[in-house]
Amino acid sequence: MNQGVAGSDVVIDVRGLNKHFGSNHAVKDLALTVRRGEIFGFLGPNGSGKTTSIRMLCGLLTPDSGEGTCLGLDIVRDTREIKRQVGYMTQRFSFWEDLTIRENLRFVARMYGLNDSAGRVESALDHLGLKQSADKLAGALSGGWKQRLALAACLLHEPQLLLLDEPTAGVDPKARRDFWDELHALAARGITVLVSTHYMDEAERCHKLGYILDGRLLAQGTAKEIVASQSLVTWAVTGDDLSALADRLRKLSTVEQVAAFGSTLHVTGADAARLDADLAPLKAEQGGHWQRIDPGLEDVFIHLMRAAGAEETTAAAA
Amino acid sequence: MNARWFSLSRWLGIVGKEFIQLKRDRLTFGMIVGIPVIQLVLFGFAINSDPKHLPTAALIADRSEFSRSILAGLRNSDYFAFIGEAADEQQADRMLAEGKAQFVVSIPADFSQRLVRGERPALLLEADATDPAATGNAIAAVNQLAQTVLAHDLTGPLAALAATPGAFEVRIHPRYNPEAVTQYNIVPGLMGVILTMTMVMMTGLAITRERERGTMENLLATPATALEVMTGKIVPYVVIGLLQITIVLTLAWLLFTVPMQGNLLTLYLAVLLFIAANLTLGLTFSSLAQNQLQAVQMTFFFFLPSILLSGFMFPFRGMPNWAQVVGEVLPLTHFLRIVRGVLLKGNGWSEVFPDAWPIALFMLAVSAVGLRFWRSTLD
Repeated sequence: MNQGVAGSDVVIDVRGLNKHFGSNHAVKDLALTVRRGEIFGFLGPNGSGKTTSIRMLCGLLTPDSGEGTCLGLDIVRDTREIKRQVGYMTQRFSFWEDLTIRENLRFVARMYGLNDSAGRVESALDHLGLKQSADKLAGALSGGWKQRLALAACLLHEPQLLLLDEPTAGVDPKARRDFWDELHALAARGITVLVSTHYMDEAERCHKLGYILDGRLLAQGTAKEIVASQSLVTWAVTGDDLSALADRLRKLSTVEQVAAFGSTLHVTGADAARLDADLAPLKAEQGGHWQRIDPGLEDVFIHLMRAAGAEETTAAAA
Repeated sequence: MNARWFSLSRWLGIVGKEFIQLKRDRLTFGMIVGIPVIQLVLFGFAINSDPKHLPTAALIADRSEFSRSILAGLRNSDYFAFIGEAADEQQADRMLAEGKAQFVVSIPADFSQRLVRGERPALLLEADATDPAATGNAIAAVNQLAQTVLAHDLTGPLAALAATPGAFEVRIHPRYNPEAVTQYNIVPGLMGVILTMTMVMMTGLAITRERERGTMENLLATPATALEVMTGKIVPYVVIGLLQITIVLTLAWLLFTVPMQGNLLTLYLAVLLFIAANLTLGLTFSSLAQNQLQAVQMTFFFFLPSILLSGFMFPFRGMPNWAQVVGEVLPLTHFLRIVRGVLLKGNGWSEVFPDAWPIALFMLAVSAVGLRFWRSTLD
């Protein structure tokens, strides 16, 4: 592929980003490439550096070191222009609860200096289906509606890039589904979305994923690529007395994870041959139904977490 | 006791938790310890409702044995501290207007002549009586002094003059507030106190509120600059401050008929400066405070000494030196002098200026601190 064409297609392109808060190294050497029209899912446990990374991308925080561009703008020098062109939705609902829905949208429109702000606000209200309750205080909205209002406010200035920090936390499944449909509609129009989440079903709806742990991006790619990259083996077991079996499985050194999903047990390990050898006597003894399945994203992420944890322990011991 | 209604261990658990939380909340803890200490020190040591060593200027037209004795007697009473001689009446007036002198003692040209003749000449004591409490005891002391001060000089043929009602008369001339109306002093003072309280607290709250609710992040994610956010958030409070002053002035005039000798424009300019200083302090507090409660606590830490050491509650000159030094730093001290000066003495800019620049200096120093800490909260 022609490098120049690919380059113009890249919306987020950062390398070697670092951020410290006191002695806490919150983000370590972050490198990220996101292309136009992609929905990029940012995953990782709480406190792993997702929010800090997003804040550095939208110009709210200055990285201690590293460089890169967002929409072709330098993330250190051009923060004002980035703010103008990026839509950022904070983790917590951060609109003014003592202003009405319409007042909130109008205020945001004025902050971006939009022309025809009144018209844009009204059409946003129409789109939201909030025309009737536009004069209600934003604080009176339910979680799902707050999130829709926040998204509408982020979109008022028609950004080419959306940075969404755990937008669906505390939102019911139906509202989540609608929200993601909306994100895909936006992506189809060429808007790039970077979204952080804890939900695996949401991760599966992203085009690309990045998994960050302790400030370090451990894996990046499509869900398939990430699963394949770790070459895990997972067995699904159904049968009687699964909890006793689970206890025995956990004692095996080749078994990394044992997780119950209703009446099925998922057993995951990294080394296929040794795992098979360890499982063979149990299969014979226990009976039941054993089936090899594709490991899920969650299995892979937990594997990454454990691997990082083990590394840390050895590093601490050494 | 029945454990269903009252379990001692459960209760101790609650008490223990409260103490742990108190210990963590260092500012509240500081208030618990700090407020009694401040109050005790201020009320116990600094506050003296019998102010002595009041700065006094002398205007002497008759240099005689008697004049010297009278001035010495005044000095010995401990109420008067002579700061110098005024060349003429204009200079004496100016010293009173600027607040450099609390009293001017005038001894007329023919004083000793008339005294010897037994005509009971008058010694004029002009007092800056804006604060009646500051001058009351000193004036009482003078009246007593008149009886005894010349006892040593009136010997021989003059001995008869020493008899009551005394060889000379003391004519007291309480300037600016001749009827010693307390409201004339308190009401202008209230303007400063109200502004200090509301301006510092409201700006402190306005910004910590945004931070506490998470809306600050949203605001900063828009193209709005820090300068726009800060100034945009302050201006409404400037308007509120001016409104408050207008309300107080109107009520002072309607209810208490407080005189307005000076220029209103001068007064409002001084008010603007004072508002600016307090807003700056509020902003600085808001960049230091973690939440709204802390902003309120910091306001009280500042408000308490302001109200006690500025001369609002107690005569400034009644305080010991160290307390006066602290008081001189506080903007309220200078603002009180300006407001009382403009309203009661009719002071103009030249008399206001000596108290205006310390407020400006305070503002600069505080904003330097605020800016230092402000940057770290954005990043």
